[in-house]
Amino acid sequence: MQHGKDQQIQTIRLSVAGMSCAGCVASVEGALAAVPGVSDASVNFAEHTALVHGTVSPARLIAAVVQAGYQAAELRNEGDEADKQAVELAYYHRLIRQTLVAAALGMPLMIDGMVGGLLPAMMAGVVGQVTWLVIGLLTLAVMIYSGGHFYTGAWKALRNHQANMDTLIAMGTGAAWLYSMVVTISPGSVPTLAHHAYFEAATVIIALINFGSALELRARGKTSEAIRRLLGLQARTARVVRDGRELDVAIAEVGLDEILRVRPGERIAVDGVIIDGSSSIDESMLTGEPLPVAKKRGDTVVGGTINGPGSFLFRAQRIGSDTVLAQIIAMVRQAQSTKPAIARLADRISAVFVPGVLILAIITFLLWINLGPEPRLGYALVTMMTVLIIACPCALGLATPMSVMVGVGKAAEHGILIRNGESLQRAGQIDVVVLDKTGTVTAGRPQLTALRPLPGVDEIQLLQWAASIEAGSEHPLAAAILDAARQRHISVPEARNFSAVAGHGVAAQVDGHEVLLGNLRLMQSRGVDGSAVAGMIDALAAEAQTAMVLAVNGSVRGVLAVSDPVKPDAAAAVARMHARGLKVVMLTGDNRATAAAVARQVGIDEVIAEVLPQHKAAEVSALQARGQVVAMVGDGINDAPALAQADVGFAIGSGTDIAIESADVTLMRSSLHGVIDAIEISQATLRNIRQNLFGAFIYNVLGIPVAAGVLFPFTGLLLNPMLAGAAMAMSSLTVVSNANRLRLFRSSGGR
Amino acid sequence: MMLWVINLLGLLLLGLIIWWFWGVRPQVKAMPATQPIEVLVADGVYVPAFIGVPAGQGVTLHFLRKDPSPCAEKVIFAGLGISADLALNSHTEVTLPPLAVGEYEFTCQMQMYRGRLKVTQEM
Repeated sequence: MQHGKDQQIQTIRLSVAGMSCAGCVASVEGALAAVPGVSDASVNFAEHTALVHGTVSPARLIAAVVQAGYQAAELRNEGDEADKQAVELAYYHRLIRQTLVAAALGMPLMIDGMVGGLLPAMMAGVVGQVTWLVIGLLTLAVMIYSGGHFYTGAWKALRNHQANMDTLIAMGTGAAWLYSMVVTISPGSVPTLAHHAYFEAATVIIALINFGSALELRARGKTSEAIRRLLGLQARTARVVRDGRELDVAIAEVGLDEILRVRPGERIAVDGVIIDGSSSIDESMLTGEPLPVAKKRGDTVVGGTINGPGSFLFRAQRIGSDTVLAQIIAMVRQAQSTKPAIARLADRISAVFVPGVLILAIITFLLWINLGPEPRLGYALVTMMTVLIIACPCALGLATPMSVMVGVGKAAEHGILIRNGESLQRAGQIDVVVLDKTGTVTAGRPQLTALRPLPGVDEIQLLQWAASIEAGSEHPLAAAILDAARQRHISVPEARNFSAVAGHGVAAQVDGHEVLLGNLRLMQSRGVDGSAVAGMIDALAAEAQTAMVLAVNGSVRGVLAVSDPVKPDAAAAVARMHARGLKVVMLTGDNRATAAAVARQVGIDEVIAEVLPQHKAAEVSALQARGQVVAMVGDGINDAPALAQADVGFAIGSGTDIAIESADVTLMRSSLHGVIDAIEISQATLRNIRQNLFGAFIYNVLGIPVAAGVLFPFTGLLLNPMLAGAAMAMSSLTVVSNANRLRLFRSSGGR
Repeated sequence: MMLWVINLLGLLLLGLIIWWFWGVRPQVKAMPATQPIEVLVADGVYVPAFIGVPAGQGVTLHFLRKDPSPCAEKVIFAGLGISADLALNSHTEVTLPPLAVGEYEFTCQMQMYRGRLKVTQEM
């Protein structure tokens, strides 16, 4: 949200739907004005928009409009990303300028230090002293121009009882400059052997660190590539139909309930429902599903997807931040900001890191000044400065977030939405994958495959009873029976007193007869003898068909069987899980034989069948009790408790019609390959985080003692503070670059 | 003699660092929950960095980011599972649900920017 310097007042535009008369205007305006913080609200009836000034969040305004009985969404210009890139580019150029200015002074000084003789010696009388005084003042000017941000940052942090990277750089370079100035102005106050100025160190360190930040900024830009790609899916304009005329408007101008025209090959602007025309739509950018999806009147379309050869009109139902694409972007952004538990130690350390380094630097100084060789003061100063400069809290702080940014983004590109860092970490540790059967292993669109009336019963009559009793049911099996009845043009008499018995079947009255349709357990519980069809049921089940017994007035009349074809790529996905050493279990309410037949087709290791929906979570927890990390894959609605019980819940969607944020991991594509892709990405990300954390720890654990001079007694070697500056700049760059390697991730499925 | 002075100064400095970073509790700036709390994000610190709010009331924070460095880009309330991307030179609103009494840290991704929300019984 953008507003002026006077931060409190902001302007929010809302699209309001459902206003049918001028009277509604007053009611919406009243509702908006009543929200605390609103200074004025005006509704434009013709445009169906509301303009609100005040200090209030759009969410509160929308809630007020909804409360008043209308719909609303915020109209907003999504210029954020371009703005962000411009800001980052300007910042990059500033860092480069600061680097060049610091290097312009530092490099000649450094060369003079190495070669010697270019500048008069400091002790060479008045000329020498004045020359170095000028150099000292020039250094100060460079420090202010190129490194001013370190000093202000350090000072402000200090005042807040905090310390950060700025503190270390400011102290290191500040000490170097102060000491050098003392030597220059009053050489007598320092032992002759310690007569050395470190102006070049101060400037070169500042140049190197600014240069490192510039490179890091570039590398960081790549870590948010996934978000940029998703943002790039948003259409910029839309063709709206207003007063019978079609006109192109900016996407932010599209209101709720507006009619939009989509021509062949165009990107769909917002979410809505087709009201005229048909087409096939490429949704691969959101779901990863390669085949275009056929859409006709009444079907939903999603913003960001691309229309195929047809043309159609649709009504906008979700705009702005409410669209599926906007929600995906918001979820990915949110997930990118979270950290897995593995990062906790690093976080705890980085919280006390800088004050800890300050303490180490002082101890180093005191050790050298007391125990070091002459010139003690020179050694003490250089080692203290090097400790301050080499310590890099950034590498530690960056290690996890950068990998999570790239990993979560990479997953999103594969149509996998990972909720947070915790889910990512657990997904990388899975031992057992539990698959729900219907809709997960199978296509979830069952068909009637057998109609077996007992002798003396008419086939049509059997289907008619079944269709009547199932007409009120929302079960997928019911849809298969109703489809079959429709295809055979069978009339379906109305059923009364319908009742569903979860996991068993349904009961109702049809034309005054008591009709039951369900499994043998339903028959037993209602005192119906099902022995005549038991053999038939077993035979059908062996072929992975779900058999249902139909009984009328207490006696069995026949069996209907429905089967749900296995997804074509399920076996390949399960094979990939096996290749990763995962155990694959199928959990289903179906009978044992049907389930076993499906399991055989796909290569599943273990089948837990005849589980009532409410017991699925208990089965998952039984697997967990064996000490295994369990993933549950299901449809996110019926399987919600089991998904929640599992260590990682995977909600498997079908296309863009998914409930985002219903599980730890949401798969936008209905293929099981998504499960193993998610596991592989998580494992790769965790590996990357471990490398980064290890690198950052080792860097500091080795670098700080070396900087303090532990090698000196043995080898006579001391680290140059400028080298420390280069190492420090490289360490965070290395972490970011390593995280960027994750962008090259390829799943073992080869897609 | 000189060495003694330096050693003494060094030890004093050590004590000062420990006292300043661990010993003193920074002053908490108490804010009413009824109006948005403005937090400036600049020069490596949140200002104010220690905010006191009453328990049981939703809190709205307006983050004004002045620092172009990517470090300042995100603000994360790790304990609450809330985060936001901060746009440069403009306000980003972060709304927190009513909170129980306690301390809630908010940081940048790298934990260099650090702030704390102290939630106390009705003030």
